[in-house]
Amino acid sequence: MPVLLWTDALFFLLMLMVLVYALHVRRREHLRAPWRRIMQSPLAMGAAVVLGAYVLVALIDSMHFRPASSGAGYGEVISVLDYLARPLRMQTEKTYSAPFATHLYSKETIELENGREIRGYPRLEYGGAHLDDPRAQRAGDILRTSLVALAEAALVSLVLSLLVLTVLARRSATSLRESMQRVLHGRGRVPWRTLLGTAAALIVLVFLLLELSANYHVLGTDKVGQDVLYAAIKSIRTGLIIGTLSTLVMLPFALALGIAAGYLRGWVDDAVQYVYTTLSSIPSILLIAAAILMIQVYMANHPGNFTSVEQRADLRLLFLCIILGITSWTNLCRLLRGEVLKLREVDYVQAASAFGVRHGTIMLRHLLPNVMHIVMIMVVLDFSGLVLAEAVLSYINIGVDPATYSWGNMINSARLELAREPVVWWSLVAAFVFMFTLVLAANLFADVVRDAFDPRLRRETA
Amino acid sequence: MIAYIIRRTLYAVPILIGVNLITFVLFFVVNSPDDMARMHLGIKRVTPAAIEQWKHAHGYDKPLLWNEAAQGLENLTNTIFYTKSVRLFVFDFGRSDAGRDIGYDIRQRMWPSLAIAVPTVLIGLLVNITFAMLIAFFRGTSFDLSAVVLCVMMMSVSMLFYIIGGQFLIGKMFELVPISGYLYGIEAWKFLILPVAVGVVSGIGMGTRWYRTIFLEELGKDYIRTARAKGLSERLVLFRHALRNALIPILTGIVAVLPLLFMGSLLIESFFGIPGLGSYTIDAINSQDFAIVRAMVFLGSVLYIIGLLLTDISYTLVDPRVRL
Repeated sequence: MPVLLWTDALFFLLMLMVLVYALHVRRREHLRAPWRRIMQSPLAMGAAVVLGAYVLVALIDSMHFRPASSGAGYGEVISVLDYLARPLRMQTEKTYSAPFATHLYSKETIELENGREIRGYPRLEYGGAHLDDPRAQRAGDILRTSLVALAEAALVSLVLSLLVLTVLARRSATSLRESMQRVLHGRGRVPWRTLLGTAAALIVLVFLLLELSANYHVLGTDKVGQDVLYAAIKSIRTGLIIGTLSTLVMLPFALALGIAAGYLRGWVDDAVQYVYTTLSSIPSILLIAAAILMIQVYMANHPGNFTSVEQRADLRLLFLCIILGITSWTNLCRLLRGEVLKLREVDYVQAASAFGVRHGTIMLRHLLPNVMHIVMIMVVLDFSGLVLAEAVLSYINIGVDPATYSWGNMINSARLELAREPVVWWSLVAAFVFMFTLVLAANLFADVVRDAFDPRLRRETA
Repeated sequence: MIAYIIRRTLYAVPILIGVNLITFVLFFVVNSPDDMARMHLGIKRVTPAAIEQWKHAHGYDKPLLWNEAAQGLENLTNTIFYTKSVRLFVFDFGRSDAGRDIGYDIRQRMWPSLAIAVPTVLIGLLVNITFAMLIAFFRGTSFDLSAVVLCVMMMSVSMLFYIIGGQFLIGKMFELVPISGYLYGIEAWKFLILPVAVGVVSGIGMGTRWYRTIFLEELGKDYIRTARAKGLSERLVLFRHALRNALIPILTGIVAVLPLLFMGSLLIESFFGIPGLGSYTIDAINSQDFAIVRAMVFLGSVLYIIGLLLTDISYTLVDPRVRL
């Protein structure tokens, strides 16, 4: 039975908006121009492939349902990703185990078959359980599995490349060979070489993880024996939702108030300016802390309003998005007001108002489309900051629900592990790698988007 | 000038009233004092008498806005709004939910915060300007490109990892300095080095990239071309002309954050166990001490507004073209 959580619905809505925007842009030359510049940048396209992979994971993870087996109404809600990654989710060990380990990380008393008890590292229940003699066989087994994965990945990448090349050849009416040479030498406007290269690297990574995680805990297990790779993958959705929904939730307010303040002037302007100056003068982390504290109190006192753990965690995520949106909204509003103040003196707006076009129509038809580039730049620039903020907030316990998978929660629960002897490093490293990749890709992409959309920069390079 | 400062200060009053109202609504209207009492005493099995007692002990047993039972002006003053919110305007922060004097705590704890924040900003400024000038000197080369990519990579690492990594490498592996803690007086330097270093390193990515753009913008201006046309060396152009003018946006940007240094850095202080205002706030959040959080929200806004005022004033001081 499908279940639609609030953040799921908003995330799908966001995807739909992106789709509608893409179709809208496709038919308009002046809107296509900046995107064409972005498509020509190898850096941006490489980053876009990585971002796309993250979005795909988040999408699969956003389709929630309640398995039919677990009785009506009370079973846990799982996502399609949970279903696909059943082995990762179910195969939990007792406690810590290192990446690719076959034995637990701490000594325990083991009872031998003849009744004697010794202190030692017990075998893992799942990690490397198929090996008879782990010490001798493990390296060979990992190597063999990796080679199989590489072969599979190579095959998939090859098929994908051939497909792309065929389409390219068909479109430019050349032979397959010719289009292959063009791509290989990096000629042509769209950097297909980078695109296919990044995609191939990702495919290799995915197949390696798929094949190896069937028999091993590739990134080890955490304190309660949960697979770290699973936790890191599940955190992708949380990160992306915070990064995107926070700006989306407050976007209508920022647009309406910013444009109204700049265009109508007078008391509307004063009021809007007062509101955003007041909000932005509260240090954002304190405002977030205060709001989250209050929500905690509310949730603790009204347990009846939240029927399931998932719903509760989901609503807290949504609240966090809204609060983060409120703190970042003011900046966008100020920029929009400034831009509209300039635009309202421009000829086409003056002409429209001389023709007696109503204020509402002028704002909607003439001003809104011409400030969208600012919105675009801000949304992309804010994204990486929000992902980083989530980790910090979760670390000081004012972020997402402790039950939600997130990189911040992973770091939070791992912070004492470095003090252990020997060091438990894999949770931190996993959170670091996943977060760093996402934020770096977002930063690189954002830079190119800003350069392409900022009219000031465009004039200099043109 | 003085008239302008007075006007700006008066302009801050309605904003502070707004901040005060927001915190009041957040802390007392969204959740009633009863809810807060229940939260503190534990959710289950809490008697109404215990709630009343907690509220009385912390002064939350008054009406919100209007006291019917009181006489004369007491109608207004003997309320939660007056005692808990209006009193903030004269910096009377009252007592925390744990019973301590917040004003005293703040005065005690701001010195360790400053001891970390001031060196971090100053050294960070020096390091970032040096790097930015170096990159600007080699602009357009592959060194420029790789330095910018490096900056973006440094920006993409979460602050948490800088702190954890610094503590782990310097504190645990090489055992150069203590991992956390604090001593008052001159001995404090041992505990300050690592937090300051982490703070500086974590800021390099963003700072250097930003200053580089400022330098490049400055280097594209006409007076630089004139200086070059006069036959000045690139070194002179960079140091004597570009640096001085680039310092205007850099310094005015710093002035805006100066007052907020009092608040300290939440993360660094809590990780390194520095008894400053940042860790004070974190502790308050974790122990759900609403009185302290409320006081810090107000204090933060006051400092932010002072920062804005200082920025405007410093613009007129360094750039004679700006008239108030």
